[in-house]
Amino acid sequence: MTLAEAVLLTVITASTPLLIAAIGELLAERAGVLNLGVEGMMAVGAACAFAAAVSLDSTLGGFVAGAGAGMALSLVFAFAVLGVAANQVASGLALTILGLGLSGVIGAPFVGARRDPIAHLSLPGLTDLPFIGRPLFGQDPIVYLSFALAAAMAWFLFRTRGGLTLRAIGEDHASAHALGLPVLKARFLAILFGGACAGLAGAYLSLVYTRFWSPGMTGGRGWIALALVVFAAWRPGRALAGAYLFGLATVLQLHAQAGAIRLPSQLLSAMPYLVTILALVILAARDRRSTGAPASLGIPFVPDR
Amino acid sequence: MRIELVRRAHPSALARALAPLAALAVALALGALLISALGRSPAAAFDVYIRSQLTDPWALTELVIKATPLVLIAIGLSFCFRASLWNIGAEGQFVVGAIVATWLALSGFGASPWLLPALLILGAAGGALYALIPAILRVRFGVSEILTSLMLVYVAELLLDYLVRGPWRDPRGFNFPQTRLFSDAAMLPTFGDGGRLHLGVLIALVAVFVAWIVMSRTLFGYRLRVTGDAPRAARFAGFRPASTTLAVFAISGAMAGLAGIIEITGQMHQLRPAISPGYGFTAIIVAFLGRLHPVGILAAGLVLALTFIGGESAQIALKLPFDVTRAFQGLLLFCVLAADSLVTYRIRLVSAAGRPA
Repeated sequence: MTLAEAVLLTVITASTPLLIAAIGELLAERAGVLNLGVEGMMAVGAACAFAAAVSLDSTLGGFVAGAGAGMALSLVFAFAVLGVAANQVASGLALTILGLGLSGVIGAPFVGARRDPIAHLSLPGLTDLPFIGRPLFGQDPIVYLSFALAAAMAWFLFRTRGGLTLRAIGEDHASAHALGLPVLKARFLAILFGGACAGLAGAYLSLVYTRFWSPGMTGGRGWIALALVVFAAWRPGRALAGAYLFGLATVLQLHAQAGAIRLPSQLLSAMPYLVTILALVILAARDRRSTGAPASLGIPFVPDR
Repeated sequence: MRIELVRRAHPSALARALAPLAALAVALALGALLISALGRSPAAAFDVYIRSQLTDPWALTELVIKATPLVLIAIGLSFCFRASLWNIGAEGQFVVGAIVATWLALSGFGASPWLLPALLILGAAGGALYALIPAILRVRFGVSEILTSLMLVYVAELLLDYLVRGPWRDPRGFNFPQTRLFSDAAMLPTFGDGGRLHLGVLIALVAVFVAWIVMSRTLFGYRLRVTGDAPRAARFAGFRPASTTLAVFAISGAMAGLAGIIEITGQMHQLRPAISPGYGFTAIIVAFLGRLHPVGILAAGLVLALTFIGGESAQIALKLPFDVTRAFQGLLLFCVLAADSLVTYRIRLVSAAGRPA
């Protein structure tokens, strides 16, 4: 295996959780809900997935538990922002604080345990092709799922009636409500989907990326997924590109730390955050007028009788 | 059957005042559930987390010391939140304030009586400048301040880590990642029993008073409330949103930076890789639990400080991880936000046919 191929394979592993979490948040934001709790849901997903996978000795069970836990946590958020129309920014922060705390409580008994690598696709002939074989035909199932999710999301948002309804609700909830569209129901489902995706992304971190659980292992990836949604201008295709660019930057930084580059490791570790800020600035400076944000994003909706 | 919100015609002032207490009560009940789910007795937890802390003089002093940074930061954040601006990076501004002032403390200016005031001013200035980064990016480029202020927390923590492991490490510190101890002239004067209470406590009280005056008695405080509640009206009144944004970010950053250097000069007397157990994030909860009012924030700061010292005791007495405290803090913020909302709206249950049940 050449170095370039090795880098490519790690890029895929680093990008997949970002992509999954970003796609989930993208749907919630398209429906007009800003859920800043991605980091918390991801952390709980990682902890629950690892706990379940070790306890049941089943990686599949782990993924299901991770997605379920993320969804369960997003229910709390949905109750606050839809049920009682609480402030979305503050509720999202509450969700992150709660999720990081819960993940520590859930994961603590499993520190030190390890999981075996997940099974990868193996197609005789194709997987053995030089260079492109492993990246294209030798990945784990979740990688293919993440691509399918991005494609399905693009199809749903822009090619189906349901997607049009959801986007209309995100753009102008008052008009959508006047037309009889189910604003709160659509937002509820979008929040749950976002939670499941964040949980699944967390599960990928603990079951595939590291294969162990440690406190604070999400390390800000939930926040980066949130930034990716802005960076992608709320489009799934651009979220895919953004997640892989970002994964590439992360992996290059890791290689730089391992290699002979004479820079403080802390500076390299700070790179993902600095790059995110820079990307947001460049994007905002270019599209000064319209960032593509849904017009009702973050605004609570209470139907008038 | 579904839930429907109906706006209250006349939100009750009493309900508004009692909402934080109700939220606290509900959060405590949920916390008790969490504790029993972890196989501990809620009664024993109550004893460790609350009763023993409030009856022990040593713990009470500790409570005041822990509340000091929380109150300072939350006072600053309340300016932002009043104007509906979201500085969620106070943790980073706390760290940068401590770093900038420590630079002066380590640069060897003997025993000048001006050293301490200079340190406090530098700490505030460092925090303010750091907070201005997301503010300027928002004003100049329209970048959401939420994500940038949060990202800068990670950057600040890594900078601190670099400094205490690299250029600022104490050469005689047995390779521990920490700076050398500050000189006596760079330590806040202490008072009270055992000399653990420091001048920072009084500074926090002064900050509460000044913030109360500014919020309730000045045009600036009024301008913040209008900007937050009615941005269009604020523009018609000639309040420029850009200058408001810069001002509240500078204020909240300065308060966080001040809290940072007070924590160092009053307690730690040196920099270490971790100088805050998450004060900057917990202060967000303090600000909301205190209803963004300076006096409320003072009370809320003591409540959240109790969760910190209670959580530390529970680690030893009940073998409960400190993360239980974090989870409780998150629950508490949810309850506060829901309670605030229920003051404005009442819940009506509607049957499937559309008639009130």
